[in-house]
Amino acid sequence: MSLLATVTLPDLAIFILGAALCVTGALGIILTKNPVHAALSLVMTLFGIAVLFIELQADFLAAVQIIVYAGAIVVLFLFVIMFLGVDKEEDLSIEPIVAQRPLAAILVTALMASIVALGFIGHFEVGPPSQTAALTGGGGNVADLGKAVFTTYLFAFEATAGLLVIAVIGAVVLARRSGDDEGSDAMLMEELS
Amino acid sequence: MSIPLSWFIILATVLFGIGAFGVLIRRNVLIMFMCVELMLNAANLALVGFSRELKDVGGEATVFFVLVVAAAEVVVGLGIVVAIFRRRRSAVADELSEMGG
Repeated sequence: MSLLATVTLPDLAIFILGAALCVTGALGIILTKNPVHAALSLVMTLFGIAVLFIELQADFLAAVQIIVYAGAIVVLFLFVIMFLGVDKEEDLSIEPIVAQRPLAAILVTALMASIVALGFIGHFEVGPPSQTAALTGGGGNVADLGKAVFTTYLFAFEATAGLLVIAVIGAVVLARRSGDDEGSDAMLMEELS
Repeated sequence: MSIPLSWFIILATVLFGIGAFGVLIRRNVLIMFMCVELMLNAANLALVGFSRELKDVGGEATVFFVLVVAAAEVVVGLGIVVAIFRRRRSAVADELSEMGG
């Protein structure tokens, strides 16, 4: 599998669209001053990822990506941003730690270069196709995924139910107003109003 | 012919790199959190790419579980952010330095 394989025009167009959405959104998250704009950039990235999932014939995951991420997680982010009232602009010209940004850039570039170099050393070859858990492909893989989740991964699937219950209880306990906190909550409400 | 795996891996690497850079340079806890989500999504993209290349459903099932864990993580993480904000009136990581030396 070489880097410059011949690809059909529709595939190329969808890939470029998805990649452009992802990268623009990702840069938007780290470069915008306002957290609300960052959350909206995150939606753009997640949508781009969903487009790429469709290109990879993972239709179910593309739908779940939109519903769970764009529909639930980003809305939760926006709720918290609004609730805390931190939607103020942040001054990005201040660099709090000396040489933080150049060092971060060097580290991240080294990370990305090593991953890409490893890929090229291995010529992006993967092993032989799966025999035991094959994908039938072509839009019919929702059934494959469902079968895998309810047979091979049944225990993990049941464990996620427990995980979600624990997460919900944990969030309620963390964000609850406890009795001795009443004063500070009243202060918070005054500040927010 | 469909898009080769290498393109998806390189794109996932770029997205992961942008996310890691964001976690390292931004000070707002919420934005750092969004960058973590970005890194999770980059890994998901690579997993689905490998899943297609190997014609194996395991990668897609893993992405499904990553989505569930990400949802749980965001709920608990934002709960922690709200709890910290209640006490400290701040969502800036540099100001939460009580345990620093």
